[in-house]
Amino acid sequence: MKVCGTVFKYGDNIDTDVIIPARYLNSSDPKELAKHCMEDAIHSSVKFADNVKEGDIIVAEKNFGCGSSREHAPIAIKASGISCVIAKTFARIFYRNSINIGLPILECDEAAEDIDMGDKVEVDFDTGVIKNLTKNKTYKAEPFPEFMQEMFSAGGLVEQTKSKLGIK
Amino acid sequence: MGMTMTQKILAAAAGLDSVKAGQLIEAKLDLVLGNDVTTPVAIKEFNKIGIDKVFDKEKIAIVPDHFTPNKDIKSAEHCKMVREFSHNMEIKNYFEVGQMGIEHCLIPEKGLAVAGDVVIGADSHTCTYGALGAFSTGVGSTDMAAGMARGVAWFKVPSAIKFVLKNKPAKWISGKDIILHIIGKIGVDGALYKSMEFVGDGLKYLSMDDRFTIANMAIEAGGKNGIFPVDEKTVEYMKEHSSKEYKIFEADADAEYDEVIEIDLSSLKPTVSYPHLPENTKTVDEAEGLKIDQVVIGSCTNGRFSDLKIAAEILKGKKIDPSIRCIILPGTQAIYLQCVKEGLAEIFVEAGCAFSTPTCGPCLGGHMGILAKGERALSTTNRNFIGRMGDPLSEVYLCSPAVAAASAIHGKITDPENA
Repeated sequence: MKVCGTVFKYGDNIDTDVIIPARYLNSSDPKELAKHCMEDAIHSSVKFADNVKEGDIIVAEKNFGCGSSREHAPIAIKASGISCVIAKTFARIFYRNSINIGLPILECDEAAEDIDMGDKVEVDFDTGVIKNLTKNKTYKAEPFPEFMQEMFSAGGLVEQTKSKLGIK
Repeated sequence: MGMTMTQKILAAAAGLDSVKAGQLIEAKLDLVLGNDVTTPVAIKEFNKIGIDKVFDKEKIAIVPDHFTPNKDIKSAEHCKMVREFSHNMEIKNYFEVGQMGIEHCLIPEKGLAVAGDVVIGADSHTCTYGALGAFSTGVGSTDMAAGMARGVAWFKVPSAIKFVLKNKPAKWISGKDIILHIIGKIGVDGALYKSMEFVGDGLKYLSMDDRFTIANMAIEAGGKNGIFPVDEKTVEYMKEHSSKEYKIFEADADAEYDEVIEIDLSSLKPTVSYPHLPENTKTVDEAEGLKIDQVVIGSCTNGRFSDLKIAAEILKGKKIDPSIRCIILPGTQAIYLQCVKEGLAEIFVEAGCAFSTPTCGPCLGGHMGILAKGERALSTTNRNFIGRMGDPLSEVYLCSPAVAAASAIHGKITDPENA
């Protein structure tokens, strides 16, 4: 499967309070959360929620999604229309939450360093190849571990749990 | 090759003789935990699974602590949903306002986590129970839902960093100073995906409360869990609080560690984390004199009785600086009551502090002490991210209860030695 979109670029240690501030956690509605996604990324030159389009891609540096376990963070990103998040590394709870809810994430140092805000990028999940159409460059991400591919193809943890419980 | 303490617990819970770092396993859970923010999302996912029973109604704990007592109508709706679910599922360990405390103070106090347990909680600070020698880690709401349904969770077996804590802590040095020092040293992703195992002769000087504080903030270094070996203090604590059977695991002598870091506790100074990351640490002498607007003493990191006791000792007979607000939130109802009985409540109120019912409240910018633009808080909580306690242009500095109390008296960051 391939996705293609415009990049929103962020730096190191983007925490889940920045991705979705706790003042909005009195809602668990994905659309409502999406309205405030990345609202406290106050050093970013582009206002995320006003500009994001279906299929767009987030690229960040190290430890993306650190802090709180709130699943509202990957939910808000997914509901914003983001098709993929690429970073050097992900904080572990964000990583497992993304896998569990089926938000594609990829770790790739080179892409994280080279891709800039506004670049047009294409990602092939089957091969792990990331193409920067703006800069005409190609990067190779770590492929999804087999376990993660199984979870994705099952449709996330809820679907996998159903199948393990023998529920159709 | 030997296994770390964490690996041994995970191997046993997965029904395997041994595991190694990087291996994916499915482990049996002894406790699944959620709060009023994460459980509503978990309930929605649980309902999608299509079963009408949880795997074990004794092994689930639900603690509405974040936005309670309900801060607004939407939060009240969430709490209502959680209350009804707990009732319908006959969940034994649901703690209503008036019974509840901050979850990570409450769960050990109620004896719901003990050594050898595997615990997941839809709250990142679930790593707190590593202080008891349990494997305990934060997860998301979908994991909580799947855990409630099947009583298992998937884990990638972590490698570990060993922290050897040496010597007797210097005066004023608490668990908070130790963990802030460690995070300052290794960074907020210094232990990413890893276990943090705390060992060494220095442990004998650390109370259970100190250990809870240290394990609690393992997540602030990116750690999967923080864990302490079980000693007499742990056993004494578990005997006092729990009737659950516990199991003691020890790391193998030949266990492999990614790194071994020695910390000389006698050389530490009280430590303060500057905005906007816990790794931005300075010693209190470097921070002294910085003007503050609010002090918060409490949270799952520092809302335990010994935390409040040291604050009370410093505040006794004093008044807080009139230019600031000082908010003190005990971790549980039992701690609250003990504060009342032992005279701490009176000291706090006489000093001019707001002293109130347990809640996570201000720690995550929920309620009970939100900051305006440009305001600066000194707090015994665990995170100082942008906007964490209120306006994105406010600031949070992290410290121990002793530094917080001393600073409240002077209206600026103060070494407790100079209080």
